[in-house]
Amino acid sequence: MDIHEYQAKELLAGFGVSVPRGGVAYTAEQAVYRAEEIGGSQWVVKAQIHSGARGKAGGIKVCSTEHEVREAAGELLGKKLVTHQTGPAGKIVHRLYVEAAVPIVRELYIGLVLDRRAERVCVVAAPEGGMEIEEIARRAPDTILREIVEPAVGMQPFQARELAFGLGLDASQVNQAVKCILGAYRAFRDLDATMVEINPLAVTKTGQVLALDAKMTFDDNALFRRPSVNELRDYAEEDPRDAEAAKHGLNYIALDGSIGCIVNGAGLAMATMDMIKHAGGEPANFLDIGGGASPERVAAAFRLVLSDPRVRCVLVNIFAGINRCDWVAQGIIQAAMDVKVPVPIVVRLAGTNVELGRKILRESRLRMIAADNLADAAQKSVDALSGSTSGSLLAEMEVVS
Amino acid sequence: MSILIDGATPIIYQGFTGDKGTFHAKESIAYGSNLVGGVTPGKGGTTHLGLPVFNTVKEAVRATGATASGIFVPAPFCADAIMEAADAGIRLIVCITDGIPAQDMMRVKRYMRRYPRERKPTLIGPNCAGVISPGKSMIGIMPGHIYTAGRVGVVTRSGTLGYEAASQMSALGIGVSTSVGIGGDPINGSSFVDMLQRFEQDEDTDAVMMIGEIGGPQEAEASVYVRDHMSKPVVGYVAGLSAPRGKRMGHAGAIISAFGDSAAEKAEIMRNSGLVVAPSPAELGSAMRRAITKRPARTVVV
Repeated sequence: MDIHEYQAKELLAGFGVSVPRGGVAYTAEQAVYRAEEIGGSQWVVKAQIHSGARGKAGGIKVCSTEHEVREAAGELLGKKLVTHQTGPAGKIVHRLYVEAAVPIVRELYIGLVLDRRAERVCVVAAPEGGMEIEEIARRAPDTILREIVEPAVGMQPFQARELAFGLGLDASQVNQAVKCILGAYRAFRDLDATMVEINPLAVTKTGQVLALDAKMTFDDNALFRRPSVNELRDYAEEDPRDAEAAKHGLNYIALDGSIGCIVNGAGLAMATMDMIKHAGGEPANFLDIGGGASPERVAAAFRLVLSDPRVRCVLVNIFAGINRCDWVAQGIIQAAMDVKVPVPIVVRLAGTNVELGRKILRESRLRMIAADNLADAAQKSVDALSGSTSGSLLAEMEVVS
Repeated sequence: MSILIDGATPIIYQGFTGDKGTFHAKESIAYGSNLVGGVTPGKGGTTHLGLPVFNTVKEAVRATGATASGIFVPAPFCADAIMEAADAGIRLIVCITDGIPAQDMMRVKRYMRRYPRERKPTLIGPNCAGVISPGKSMIGIMPGHIYTAGRVGVVTRSGTLGYEAASQMSALGIGVSTSVGIGGDPINGSSFVDMLQRFEQDEDTDAVMMIGEIGGPQEAEASVYVRDHMSKPVVGYVAGLSAPRGKRMGHAGAIISAFGDSAAEKAEIMRNSGLVVAPSPAELGSAMRRAITKRPARTVVV
């Protein structure tokens, strides 16, 4: 789960990371009020969306008068920002963060990630921040510093000192940077984060070390024990279909193709997408119905897949272990009763109770295309798109009386 | 032989009396696994499915001599259950549960390092389908009837893709010595390399099928291991050729975030390391047939 910059800064500040003064605003009025509250003579108005590279997309504005703050806020609120992280659809700005502008002399990079090879938390630092870590890794890979944290004792001050001195900070700044790095580590550990990024960590003209931007991602599997983090979830930032999927215990990711997929198991779901591509088609989505899927869940999966107007064929691929083919078959029938399925359905069933599942589908007398195996299912789905098997299809699936 | 388990392996289930534990314990018993009891704290002294229930894993091991445990405990308590099994001297811990917090697994892996090599338990999973040695024993959730006993080892992250591989091979008359699901989490117990090592040493395994997916460094490391240390033919496949970057595809570990994480990059590394790469997930069985009929045993380069 991702959160906004202002939320991340608030959390990190609670762990001793220094941040500029700032406040959140939902209207232009509030933005002006925030600027007054902060004081000073220059402010930054920042669009709050779950994406980096907001500056390049025009989502960050520096203002020197209250009038400018009002104008910037008015312009940004409701605006669609398109960054390479949001994709071409972009994201609408609903919240702003107004912050004191601080003159800076240096920008550094600090990031904490779960290192899968080391199976530990890795703290990454680089002397030239302000750009993405991928870019730093491309431009100056040798400047990147790393410290692996021993989980039994946690990050030690000497590790943070090594990073701080490695960044070329002077003695008075090192202490501030150490406080920031250790604070970010404690936030990572205590809040079950999977990523914390402070980029840039800035050195100001007056010698302060401040987090100018912050990003945090949390472990979905640990949200059950972090209710205060879970409350920061912003549903406006999420695809409504993702929320709908989560409600039914489904795992759904929208893609660009035309063949909707309903599969059990994440690996088989990916393999099914691969197979569709191999057969010359494009998958419209990734969908894992999970283990122990009830007929209701299968029906919900159909509704979800069909909510994508680009879907012109649905491929159901079930290899039941923990699941049961008869329940999946009942789900398909329930879906056909509930929602009109205006596109051809290709069904491949295998595993637990497969005979019973096939029998249920046969006796339902619903029109669908049966497939014997994975290759057959993908081929028949692609054929169904071009209508080359249309002899056996109805343009609209219906219960044949 | 087979790896990890055979018909004699004495097994307990942790989370034995819960819904999932009960359902799959029944399936395992029906398959012929040597289940000797189970653990549910607070229900010690009772009987479930005709087997004794214990409060702690230590008591269960003392009373039954169990050496393997299948864990069906809910995710919030799972790290604790794994460490309890390790502390009680269980040799093989198979954790089926999914949704364990990553930092819990980090602590589990750290905890396991306290054991010297010869006493270190083998952890399979979490978030996996389990282990099956067809015709002998099963700890997990796989549909036992789709497996034919034979001489090909299978190691896979995904449960259902493992079933797919087994059934494609069965259709071609190729059987399985042992199939292991290592799980789809970013931090897991045994790696591909750990299992390849065992299959290489197992005299009843002639070839190995290895099925990976996007995300993480394990497939690349395994390919290098195959190149440098294996004499038996290995067939590889990586799921997720069509997966977009930065999106988590169901499994917590299945996300393309770094170079070498994508399916195409991993498949390329496999090919360069001498694996037979299945061109599509529908050709897992046929790729294996090609590998075991045409390929002479490779000489080991040490």
